[in-house]
Amino acid sequence: MLKIENLHATVEGKQILNGLTLEIPSGEVHAIMGPNGSGKSTLSYVLAGREGYEVTEGSVTFNGVDLLAMEPEERAVAGMFLAFQAPVELPGVGNANFLRTALNAIRRARGEAEIDAMQFLKLARARMKVLNMPEEMLKRPVNVGFSGGEKKRNEMLQLALLAPKFAVLDETDSGLDIDALKLVADTVNSLRGSDFSALVITHYQRLLNHIVPDRVHVLSAGRIIKSGGPELAEELEAAGYAGVQAAA
Amino acid sequence: MTAVATTGAAAFLGRYEGLRTRLPGARVAWVEALRDKAADAFRAKGFPTRRMEAWKYTDLAAVTGAAFGEPLTSVDDAPALPPTAHPRAVFVDGRFRPDLSTLDGVALQVESLGAALPRLEGRIGALARPENEPLAALNTMLFEDGLVVEVAAGVAAGTLEILSLAAESERAPAFHPRHLVRLGVGASLTIIETATGPVAARYLHNPVFEIEVAEGARLAHGRLQQEGHEGIFLSTVYARVAAGGTYDNFTLNAGAKLARNEIHVALTGPKAEAHMNGVQMAGDGQHVDTTTSLDHAAPDCSSRQTYKTVLAGRSRGVFQGKIHVHQVAQKTDGYQMNQALLLSPDAEIDSKPQLEIYADDVKCSHGATVGELDADHLFFLRSRGIPEAQAKAMLVEAFLTEAVEAVADEPIRTALEQGVAGWWQRQGVAA
Ligand SMILES: Nc1ncnc2c1ncn2[C@@H]1O[C@H](COP(=O)(O)OP(=O)(O)OP(=O)(O)O)[C@@H](O)[C@H]1O
Ligand SMILES: [Mg+2]
Repeated sequence: MLKIENLHATVEGKQILNGLTLEIPSGEVHAIMGPNGSGKSTLSYVLAGREGYEVTEGSVTFNGVDLLAMEPEERAVAGMFLAFQAPVELPGVGNANFLRTALNAIRRARGEAEIDAMQFLKLARARMKVLNMPEEMLKRPVNVGFSGGEKKRNEMLQLALLAPKFAVLDETDSGLDIDALKLVADTVNSLRGSDFSALVITHYQRLLNHIVPDRVHVLSAGRIIKSGGPELAEELEAAGYAGVQAAA
Repeated sequence: MTAVATTGAAAFLGRYEGLRTRLPGARVAWVEALRDKAADAFRAKGFPTRRMEAWKYTDLAAVTGAAFGEPLTSVDDAPALPPTAHPRAVFVDGRFRPDLSTLDGVALQVESLGAALPRLEGRIGALARPENEPLAALNTMLFEDGLVVEVAAGVAAGTLEILSLAAESERAPAFHPRHLVRLGVGASLTIIETATGPVAARYLHNPVFEIEVAEGARLAHGRLQQEGHEGIFLSTVYARVAAGGTYDNFTLNAGAKLARNEIHVALTGPKAEAHMNGVQMAGDGQHVDTTTSLDHAAPDCSSRQTYKTVLAGRSRGVFQGKIHVHQVAQKTDGYQMNQALLLSPDAEIDSKPQLEIYADDVKCSHGATVGELDADHLFFLRSRGIPEAQAKAMLVEAFLTEAVEAVADEPIRTALEQGVAGWWQRQGVAA
């Protein structure tokens, strides 16, 4: 589904990704772990198409098409989704209005009928119930005054509603209580299937007990330095990155 | 033969000399005196220049350098009118058109100023200050028509629309309607005023309002300035609010190539309130100016001003807001905020808040911000599949929220939201 080859990227002239190669086949969930500053969020922004992240070498193909040539909204329509490490607050933009606009933008681009406010409300209520989110969060401006965990839940609500083909979760588990962590895992697991893949960025093995990955990769200084099965996460949890980095 | 000036103040003074004996009220002594005095003031000062403090940021070259004609006297075309659910007074090129207006059964007295003039002694000119504001002088000198609205004491008069249209013509007409509004003790009224014209027509619309709000009365005055691209809109509103009364002005200043929305409000009795809110939106080639002047002349009054300016393309916006708290005006509660959002590097905003406080026990705050769209916000929306233009529109709408939410009056808010949406459509979101 997603094929990243020899990816080099700079931010403000600073080299962050240094020849990253990674392939995530359809139906698989991969995890990326790695020390602070190793380039995990940078990778997620490059995949989502954020301005200022310049690809200097390498390629990313998404279901056979050149992802890097697409605008952010085109990527979303093609099925790419990023759950942000630090979701922004949007004062003045109502959450319900935002969610419905996003859902309809994607539906429109896919040639599907737009849904009206009533239909949307029904859909959103059902998802929010599962995510244990109070309904009044629809009325509030996007993420404004939300607690850290509430913001992450709101990201999961977007994930559930937009039902992408590929989801990048950038430390969605950080700062979550144990119940919320399970809700994140449930959201991802409910999407799992032959036409869905995910890249789960995390610092903790705990999340991976609930979202069991097919592969685990270690990112260090902008490159994948080691890959393995779910047991690799446990090794890292026990021994830290030093051993892996020394061996690489 | 003497040469006749075709442009500038001299052209308008020449027109006044020519029309002096034929203008409404020409044989009424007090009207003649009023006009002559205004003409003297206009002759002395001419059009405002940027050397005048109040006009530092707005240049009237587009007015002084162009020739304007007379509106046609007998307009028998019937322009297409938007539907309305309210009683409506319609003006074409500044002239009241009873044939297009629907005013039956309204709970207020509405008549054409042209007809009512002889009985308006002491009312026309009660608030306007031609000696200070040259455009009010120009209006006083040349007004031919306008609307006189009176709501009797205690009457809740509902909503009245005033629609000003410019006709499709090559004449580049200049028109100077004079509107008078008076609310009796405890009365209430909502006015929704729309000024619009054909996209390509050149014209000058120079309205003056004189508004009196008596004790405990409430006037909500919503104004949608959506003049055509080549139109010029120079408007001056004077309002006086007595004890316990409220004047609630909301202006969408979005059309015309040059627009000045000038508002003078005086709070003259205790516990009077002024709400002055507005949204200005300009695209390529437009200049929009909002200038407010607020007199707190009595104790225990409060005022709220929130103005938001959105500028796209090569455009210019101005906000000037003066609050004068007189020595008697103890316990004044004043608030003023003006914020600008620049959607293009070629857009420019000038903002000048000005507080003059002569009372010692007052609460007065003001603030001003200038910013651009937040790139992170825009990226977030786009990353969820929302096309860039739509994402920008959402963020601009969010920026305007505070000003829009300050509009308590439902019909005005609806009209405003439609006006903002219309602006985006016309822009094609060029930004
Ligand atoms: N705008 C920027 N300007 C300069 N340096 C930047 C910028 N954005 C990121 N970086 C740098 O790039 C490096 C990688 O950052 P990134 O956010 O991708 O790390 P990360 O692996 O996600 O770390 P963490 O685990 O702390 O979230 C860091 O050294 C960071 O300081
Ligand atoms: Mg990160």
